[in-house]
Amino acid sequence: MKFQHAPAPHLTPPNSVALVMRQVLMALIPATIAHVWFFGPGLLVNMLIACTVALASEAIMLHLRGRPLRKYLGDYSAVLAAVLLAFAVPPLTPWWVTATGVVFAIVFAKHLFGGLGHNPFNPAMAGYVVLLVSFPAQMTAWLPPAIDQIAHVDFSLWQTIAIILSGELPATIGWDAVTSATPLDRVKTGLGLMQTIGEIRQNPLFGDFGGRGWEWLANWFAVGGFWLLYKGVIRWHIPVSMIASLLLIATVAYMLDPGSHASPLFHLFSGATMIGAFFIATDPVSAATTDKGRLIYGAGIGLLTYAIRAWGGYPDGVAFAVLLMNMAVPLIDRLTVPRVYGHES
Amino acid sequence: MKSNRRIWPIHGGLNLPPHKSDSTAQAIVQAPVPPELVLPLHQHIGEEAKPCVEVGAHVRRGQLLAKVTSYVAAPVHASSSGRVSAIEDRPIPHPSGLRARCIVIETDGLDESVPGTGLGDFTAIDPVLLRAELRRQGLVGLGGAAFPSAVKLNRLPHHQVRTLILNGAECEPHISCDDMVMRERAEDIITGARIMMYMLAAEECLVAIETDKPEAIEAIDTAIARAQDSRLELVPVPTVYPEGGEKQLIQVLTGREVPADHLSADVGVVCHNVATAAQVKRTIIDGDALTSRIVTVTGGGVAKPRNLDVRLGTPISWLIAQCGGYTDKAERLIMGGPMMGFTLDDDSAPIVKASNCILVAAHDEVHAGGDAMPCIRCGECARACPVKLLPQQLYWFSCADDHDELQSHHLFDCIECGCCAYVCPSRIPLVQFYRASKSRIWQQEQERERAERARERFEERERRLSEQKLARKQRLARRRAALHEKGNGNKVQEAVERARKRRAAMRDEEPPE
Repeated sequence: MKFQHAPAPHLTPPNSVALVMRQVLMALIPATIAHVWFFGPGLLVNMLIACTVALASEAIMLHLRGRPLRKYLGDYSAVLAAVLLAFAVPPLTPWWVTATGVVFAIVFAKHLFGGLGHNPFNPAMAGYVVLLVSFPAQMTAWLPPAIDQIAHVDFSLWQTIAIILSGELPATIGWDAVTSATPLDRVKTGLGLMQTIGEIRQNPLFGDFGGRGWEWLANWFAVGGFWLLYKGVIRWHIPVSMIASLLLIATVAYMLDPGSHASPLFHLFSGATMIGAFFIATDPVSAATTDKGRLIYGAGIGLLTYAIRAWGGYPDGVAFAVLLMNMAVPLIDRLTVPRVYGHES
Repeated sequence: MKSNRRIWPIHGGLNLPPHKSDSTAQAIVQAPVPPELVLPLHQHIGEEAKPCVEVGAHVRRGQLLAKVTSYVAAPVHASSSGRVSAIEDRPIPHPSGLRARCIVIETDGLDESVPGTGLGDFTAIDPVLLRAELRRQGLVGLGGAAFPSAVKLNRLPHHQVRTLILNGAECEPHISCDDMVMRERAEDIITGARIMMYMLAAEECLVAIETDKPEAIEAIDTAIARAQDSRLELVPVPTVYPEGGEKQLIQVLTGREVPADHLSADVGVVCHNVATAAQVKRTIIDGDALTSRIVTVTGGGVAKPRNLDVRLGTPISWLIAQCGGYTDKAERLIMGGPMMGFTLDDDSAPIVKASNCILVAAHDEVHAGGDAMPCIRCGECARACPVKLLPQQLYWFSCADDHDELQSHHLFDCIECGCCAYVCPSRIPLVQFYRASKSRIWQQEQERERAERARERFEERERRLSEQKLARKQRLARRRAALHEKGNGNKVQEAVERARKRRAAMRDEEPPE
């Protein structure tokens, strides 16, 4: 009897790229619910727009590059990048702004570098940074959380869709009445106006650690992140070192002068720290790959995030920090080659 | 005695579905002697054995069929009685699928043996003689590598072997032959261990068994207690693949790494498989040549998975028939386990000394392949690698065919355990890439050596030619110089003289007018 020839190992690998991406998407569900709870259905609309544009761009690029469509469209990597970008933009961002970011992420940051697995920069963050520098007004048009103590306007799903598709609010309301600075933004502006942290935190926008609502969002990102750690989809090195380095430098600054530096916990629960630590910095393609390298990479992101928040021009710095550390990855990987069994280090 | 010895962890490794109970439900079955035995001349690491019987000769079990001359080699013995019907190329169990020289025996069903030559009390015999006996009887490691055992039991002057490790880890899924040997032949193993300790002058013997084999642990524990030898110690080790690799097991038991390009004996450890120890006892005490071994026949593609005591040379197809034949699901025929075993395309190949397991995998038990995605650099391969390599970097370098980087990232330390490929979410057949790169580098090195030799030959030829040319030139010059010395004028004058004399002579002869 004749049998087929095949190379070892013969066991079917239990994991797949699509499974990894799906698990990351699933881990974002709690934060998605929290986001909708506090900031309305805008995120869902943005996700839908982003995913549609992402899959379309991916399909076109795959076709142009002569790659199989079904195999790569089914890996969920474009969907994940789109969803992460949807989280990054404000809930009422006009659709063409989101679409621009997604097209840049998929076409330029991903496919022009060689597609899945070959992009040196995190596509979602590259797309977001393009929006940040190109559409500064839209990118800062965040909403206040839907909490009783804070003035906010509730939009229905249909109103939200209309606003996003038209880029205009209903005639009776102005943007100033709808939008609100994020807690990080408020701190930056306040400090610029020579207010102390204590004075700034009088604003009802602030909660126990970060901003009201925002800190809950951060919690739910962390919950999703812990699930990913538990499932072994991500490893602890990057989140731990990023959070630890951010906390460390924030603590030092806070202890030197608590009046002009926000507390370490504020940094932890504000802005993109949590989504960054568990979902952005852990993107395997653009991160360092050795354990030691990941500790360095995460620490670098934490430090740069703080530096940009405290001394840079933008209220948050996670996206820039991730992109900057992406550039350092080849060097980090080269310098952190582990000692092989039986060899001297 | 069960030990409280400290256990060191290995880096990486996997917890794989064991599938061992499929084949351990019943005791070892004695496989009948097949009508035809096919004994390859090369069943071990080292030089091929040379036939020393003629076609048509009648042979008995244990009779020498092919002998060896070099140090690293093992002779081949008849595994039953009968007539040598052919010495020819037959399919052998080898990854290449090539045919190789085999001695074929038509068995006569009598199964006569040559009389055993047991040596009795081994402690009264020089280890050199014991080694010669193991060598003469064709003993090789039965764990799968088939390295001649006598070589590994030779205590070199610069080696201080403190520890003999008996490897009963058997970490690869499906394979259970060592488990069954430990359960049923624990006494033999312990006696064999004591012979080996005596040969190596080892101070202790650690029998390492993974904790998923409680019956084997129990049996070995009892046998050690009965032997009343305090140098023997049973060490249950955690169940993790590939802990049964020699270097990995040494790390687990001693916390030491065998330095690159060194033997385990350099760190005072020698490692043998438990089944090898049992065979050492059979060879030294009972005087048996290595003519049979325990083989696990298992997988969803075989009707009755089990362990059998099989004569070497038994065709796999015949052995499968003894296990109820193939099921409808049989898809892949693997010699060895599902992680490191290689596929056979032809089931007429025989069981050889290295055959620990015949896995007939069903289609739902194996990876069809062809679903590889680009590497997403997740680094799970590096986490899983027991050698602490960076499989992902090796993969990129392999794609780029960058031999320098491959070697500086220690490609040749890869033990091809398959952990990296198993955990890879992109399902890249990583080990395939490493094997291909290894052979390309070997090939290139061979070519470089050949080119070097050719260059030397060419230069030598050029040197000879120029020497000849020079010699010819010098010879010519010498001759010309010699001519000049004598002077050309002399010769002309001589000729003129000769002509004048001749004319004078002619004038004298002329009659006067």
